[in-house]
This record gives sequence, structure tokens and C-alpha cells, in this order.
Amino acid sequence: MTDDIQINDGGTLRHLLTLENLSGELVSEILDRAQNFLSIGDRKTKKLPLLRGRSVFNLFFENSTRTRTTFEIAAKRLSADVVNLNIATSSQSKGESLLDMIDNLVAMQADMFVVRHAQSDAANMIARHVPKGIHIINAGAGSHSHPTQGLLDAFTIRHFKKDFTGLKIVIIGDILHSRVARSQIHVLKALGVHEIRVVGPETLVPESLSEMGVSVYNDVDSAIKGADVVTTLRLQNERMEVSLVPSVQQFHKDYGLTKERLALAHPEAIVLHPGPINRGVEIASEVADGPQAVILRQVTFGIAVRMAVMSLLQD
Amino acid sequence: MFDSKLLAESLLGQVTEALGTNSLLIGIETGGVVVLGYLIKELDIDVAFASVDVSFHRDDFEIRGLAKSKKSTSIDVVLDGRDVILVDDVIQSGRTARAAVNEIYDFGRPKTVQLATLVDRGGRELPMEPQFVGGFVDVPDSQKIAVRLDKNKELEVYVV
Repeated sequence: MTDDIQINDGGTLRHLLTLENLSGELVSEILDRAQNFLSIGDRKTKKLPLLRGRSVFNLFFENSTRTRTTFEIAAKRLSADVVNLNIATSSQSKGESLLDMIDNLVAMQADMFVVRHAQSDAANMIARHVPKGIHIINAGAGSHSHPTQGLLDAFTIRHFKKDFTGLKIVIIGDILHSRVARSQIHVLKALGVHEIRVVGPETLVPESLSEMGVSVYNDVDSAIKGADVVTTLRLQNERMEVSLVPSVQQFHKDYGLTKERLALAHPEAIVLHPGPINRGVEIASEVADGPQAVILRQVTFGIAVRMAVMSLLQD
Repeated sequence: MFDSKLLAESLLGQVTEALGTNSLLIGIETGGVVVLGYLIKELDIDVAFASVDVSFHRDDFEIRGLAKSKKSTSIDVVLDGRDVILVDDVIQSGRTARAAVNEIYDFGRPKTVQLATLVDRGGRELPMEPQFVGGFVDVPDSQKIAVRLDKNKELEVYVV
């Protein structure tokens, strides 16, 4: 038995809510499974029967094109029926009314919920609420976590770099409010990466982040130096509104990933970005379109990783 | 305990006789691939081969979830119109063979599919019958048998 609601009695995943405290062994199992699923794109019949007859409900309380679409493709390749609910504009998406809504969907015989919500504990709340046999996947929760993004980042890194232990990885941008950064840090720690550097404006990369086991840098050039993997994060407009960043132009000048900056990294370094990219803000076009960027590969890998997660959840 | 050499040579003889220019041998991961390796090594002629992992088509997914497998299906040749011989180590219920047939159909439409197993231990639960069998063995239901290569790289049937 375990108190962790995302782990079942057999020690494997019942839900996927967070990468925090997930063992390297479980993470590796997901990545191995995703590797197997990657090749079904080469088959004549790009469909497997694993979730045949199951109903997957995509509950997106925040807008997302890429994540929702890749979850939908993943579920369909596993033969599930997919129902998309876009509830971004609904005002009654909190507290009790959320659970009332879930009860109604459970009454419609839902088998799996893929949940994106601004509230960081929404997916957990649903997971604690639903009866046995129904599985929850967190598809992005507030500024807290985005586990499948962390897993696809890890999958992408493993695809190009094989061994994690000796890697130098740098994450640039708004680390404080980034669920992508948090999830990537958790998964990389679980996989044994020793050197994770974070860098960005002081307001967005406070010294206290070192409690997560990462090295906080002030100077972007020294953070990039010798790195094997460079992750740039999207600069979110809402941060601009509350003046955490002086201006877009200044941000690009200070922290944007330019060709010149990237040249400081290892010559075979890869560039990751969770998308959507702001060209000329956190990343220069010539880097985003350059040979070291693997941003579109991340999208393709995301389908295989989401198939892996969906197929591994059990009671 | 088992006369592995006799079983192997018997299967080799039957498969050799059945092979033609259109044949494609497909080993089922993981034991069937071991048997396939033996057949390829012993055959005098070059024959096309491939391998399948049946995890994605197993019928106990609802009960046991996905089996941990680092193996995956590898069919790098055109399957359409081929005379396929599926190769496995042991047949019992016939469920693995059923899953293997489904798996290969994700890649194309073969002309014929036949089944070769080193050992038949009885206990069929599905209408899947091998055309080529090394031999029959009688073991209690509680015992699991499998195939490996011994230190001389010869096939060995053993109790797990």
C-alpha cells in the first residue's frame, strides 16, 4: 500500500499527476514503452487495440492546441474513443461544480480523463474523487506541473544523448512560473542528471530555486557554456503585464537564445522548447530553424510518450 | 530432461522441406527468436526473416497490463504476398500465436501463414495449430518451459 494516489498497490502508475517523487525506474519504463510506440508510425495500420472500447475525455480548462491534439492522436492510435471538452470559457470550473461535472462524465462511462487546469491541484482532486478503474492524466496544472511534457523532454534528450548521467543541461527563462521547467527538473533528477543549470531574470529565477537541486546562474553566457542540452522557455505575456520583465527587446538581448550564444554550448548541443515559440523573444529564428533545434521532434515524440502513459495506467 | 537436439533437428527437417523462394520466417519474441536463430544458422539456403513482439496484441492486457518489453517488432521486408512461417519456442494455449498473427497483419497481408514450434505441450484454448512441431512434451500445468542457447550455442529446452 502507498499513500501516493498516483501509484497502485503493484507499485506502478494508476494516474499520472506529477513527476515529483516518481522513481527513475518508472520513468525509464515509460520511456522504453514510448520507444516501442514510436515505430507504429511506420506500420501500414497505425493503430493498436490496447484501449479499444475505452472512452477518453479531454478536459481542457485552459487553451492548448498542441497538447490536446497530441493527446487525442495518442488515444486514437490506441483505438480509444475521444471526447474533447473545451471549457476554457466556462466560469463554473472550480471547486464543487468541477466535481459535479466529473460525476456526470463518469455517469457517461468515461474511462480516462486528461485534465488541464489553471489550478495546480485540480487533477489531484479529480483523482481522489473518481471511482476505481478511472484514470487521470495531468496535462498541465497551473505553474506547477506538466508531467507528459517533462517525460517527452526526457525522451527527446535520451533519443539524442543516450546516457543522462554526464549531461550538462541548461534551462533559460521564467523558471519560477514554468510548469515545464519544474517537470523537466524532476524527471532529469530521477534519471540521474547531475548538472542542471537555470538562468533568467532575477525576478523569475530566484536564488531559492537551488533547493530543487539545480545551479542558479546570473549570467546567461556562463550558464550555456559547454551545455549538452539547452531548453528555452516561452516568455509568457502575463509576466510582462506585471512588470517582471522590462521589455521584450531587453529580454531578447539579455536572455534570448541567439546563434552567438548557442555557439558557447557543446558543438553537438540540442535545443529544446515546449512551444509555441516566440521568434525573436526567447529564441532567435535562425536557432529555432537551425540544425541543433529538435523542437518539432519533441512534438512527434510527445505522441509516443502520451500513448505510453495512457497504456500503462492501471489499478 | 528433454532431448533438445532431437526436437531441434526434427523441426529443422520439417521447416527445410517447407521453404520456398517466397518464404519469410518470423520469430516471436523472445523464445521464438532464439529458435529462429538456430534455424537460420543450420539452413543451407539464405532465407528472409523478421521478428515480432506481441505485447501490443496480447489478450490479457485488461488483466495484467502491458508486459515490460524492450523488444519491438522488426519487419523490414515487404510482407504482402509472402508465405510466412511464424516460429515460436513453445505452444500451449495458442494465445501468443493469435496475437502474432494480429501483429503481422498491422504490416501487410501475407499470402499464407503457417506456424512452427519447437515444443507442443498441449492445452490449446484457441483454434491455433502448428503445421511444424519439433515434438510433444508432457509437463504439469504448473511448470513453465522455455528455450535458450546452452554453452555450446545449441538449443536447450528447460524448466523455468
